[in-house]
Amino acid sequence: MTTRIAERFAALKAERRAGLVIFITAGDPDPKISLDILKGLPKAGADLIELGMPFTDPMADGPAIQAASQRALKAGMTLKKTLGLVRGFRETDKATPLVLMGYYNPIYIYGVDRFLDDALKAGVDGLIMVDMPPEEDAELCLPALRKGLAFIRLATPTTDDARLPRVLSNTSGFIYYVSITGITGTASADLKHIEQAVTRLKRVTPLPVAVGFGINTPDQAAAVARVADAAVVGTAVVKIIADHPKHPSETVAKTLAFIGDLAKGVRTARASA
Amino acid sequence: MSTPNSFRTGPDESGHFGIFGGRYVAETLMPLILELERVYARCKADPFFQKELASFHTHYVGRPSPLYFAERITEKLGGAKIYFKRDELNHTGAHKVNNCLGQALVAKRMGKRHIIAETGAGQHGVATATVCARFDMECTVFMGAEDIERQKPNVERMRLLGATVHPVTSGSATLKDAMNEALRFWVAKAETHFYIIGTVAGPHPYPAMVRDFQSVIGIETRQQMMEAEGRLPDTLVACIGGGSNAMGLFHPFLDEPTVRIIGVEAGGYGIASGKHAASLTGGRPGVLHGNRTYLLQDDDGQIQEAHSISAGLDYPGIGPEHSWLHDMKRAEYVSITDDEALEAFQFCSRLEGIIPALEPSHALAHVMKIAPKLPKDHLLVMNMCGRGDKDLAAVLGHLAKRGRPI
Ligand SMILES: Cc1ncc(COP(=O)(O)O)c(C=O)c1O
Repeated sequence: MTTRIAERFAALKAERRAGLVIFITAGDPDPKISLDILKGLPKAGADLIELGMPFTDPMADGPAIQAASQRALKAGMTLKKTLGLVRGFRETDKATPLVLMGYYNPIYIYGVDRFLDDALKAGVDGLIMVDMPPEEDAELCLPALRKGLAFIRLATPTTDDARLPRVLSNTSGFIYYVSITGITGTASADLKHIEQAVTRLKRVTPLPVAVGFGINTPDQAAAVARVADAAVVGTAVVKIIADHPKHPSETVAKTLAFIGDLAKGVRTARASA
Repeated sequence: MSTPNSFRTGPDESGHFGIFGGRYVAETLMPLILELERVYARCKADPFFQKELASFHTHYVGRPSPLYFAERITEKLGGAKIYFKRDELNHTGAHKVNNCLGQALVAKRMGKRHIIAETGAGQHGVATATVCARFDMECTVFMGAEDIERQKPNVERMRLLGATVHPVTSGSATLKDAMNEALRFWVAKAETHFYIIGTVAGPHPYPAMVRDFQSVIGIETRQQMMEAEGRLPDTLVACIGGGSNAMGLFHPFLDEPTVRIIGVEAGGYGIASGKHAASLTGGRPGVLHGNRTYLLQDDDGQIQEAHSISAGLDYPGIGPEHSWLHDMKRAEYVSITDDEALEAFQFCSRLEGIIPALEPSHALAHVMKIAPKLPKDHLLVMNMCGRGDKDLAAVLGHLAKRGRPI
């Protein structure tokens, strides 16, 4: 098992603060700018990175992340190049956990075993698979765990107490709580719901709980950081990339500046509570 | 791969037909799909449910649909004796209503009165809007913007029936994208809404459930053929978009080794052109829309856009049970081009006074190829799964473009 995820959450705990998880789509808006953004994330304040694997048919994503996938694919992105991006990132960062997030088909076509080996070698720490519920664990989850990659499961408002143990089994790294019943970039959950959900999860798992979907501003990130182990921001970041297509250096600078604001929110959340 | 004792026992408990099928969906939907599986299993075993369904078949849909001897086409082709299973005579004009009726009754049992559907040709949308009106349910239909253009009359019908039609502009703006959008909407409304999938695809239990509801086609055909000819048919032919009308005809015959089974995919401009919708002929296994099946995709696992003159066949996948039957070699799958289908559309209209939908025109085009070479006592059944009124404007346009106005 790679140790970066556990070490990062241990460090956050020691600092008595929550982590900031940043989602970007690999290769968005093109492979070069994407690598520049990726490399800048840790310094800007991202504690963990979720790197989206572009897919033509992202079933659980709203318009912003759909468009990010489209931009990346149009710029020639493939799963192989996504792993190349991770290798490039690891040239300058050995400590920040990086997990790949996406849909199964590109991995299936790449070949599960070969993909897991190549991902591990590239410096990937775990996988978040949108369309791989526990019912299909034999296919990717168990092989990933055997090779030493974390398999981070999504729990949702529809995951009731009866089903929760099933969702938690074979889960490692952390739990990703999807705070709304819906796709990315649509609604935001109220804080009370999030707090209750995190409490419910904490009762049954020792794993850190990250909360995502619908966190768009530094204030929202800070609020979530008060009750969860990490806050995940994706759509809002991807939108900044979309809004600054003209000058590569501006795209990178604006994106990282926004992440800086989010990080400030997350880092001061508990102190100011 | 060894031959199983029966081809009719699938799927297994986890929803797989061999390696195909499964439940590749977001966690948000999983509890719902599991509940649907439980409720549907109860409905299937419940005589009251089956009786209610049968009563609607008789009095609302107009079943059984006739098994019609297409005498003039038979004479013209000069070979096999050709029968049409007339599901185009169903209320709403296609086989789709068989499935919508069944699923609406399941939704009723689950206490859900909000219905979602995706549609390509608009036939499934119309059928869903129809049963929603009948059962006082609220209906939201997702339809590709491109298909809305191609199938205007059906859009107007859906609206008249009280449904809300959402144009989908993402991707290729056709059936695949409508299904993506329907799934996204469903994820957000999982607790209140029932998704009536229009074909034998999607996560388990949909492929099996839709197949069961469409199997009335094959069950009737079997009985009607026994009455007409005193024996089973020799060949079955049906067109394939997702594969529901085909599976409905085929399934009751899968364990009859003498019955040859042929599915006809949409060949678009021809398989070599790369612009087609023939997932078995031109695709390979992958995972999309909740199941593993043959898909049109590139070497990176990105899904490719399908192309067909027929909006109802314009889908880059196929139901997982067909993928399994293909790999087991129990059924054969062929393809027919846009031009061949157009030809069959006119041929049937002139000879039989039946204007077929563009979808079954593909099946007929294949019948036109094989029937002349078959003996006169060869019994062939083609599923006339929809009527062509919806396609008139598009067909006239295509014929004019090809310099062959009617
Ligand atoms: C008349 C007709 N036939 C066939 C199809 C294709 O669907 P399936 O392959 O599920 O029967 C459609 C779909 O809209 C249709 O309207």
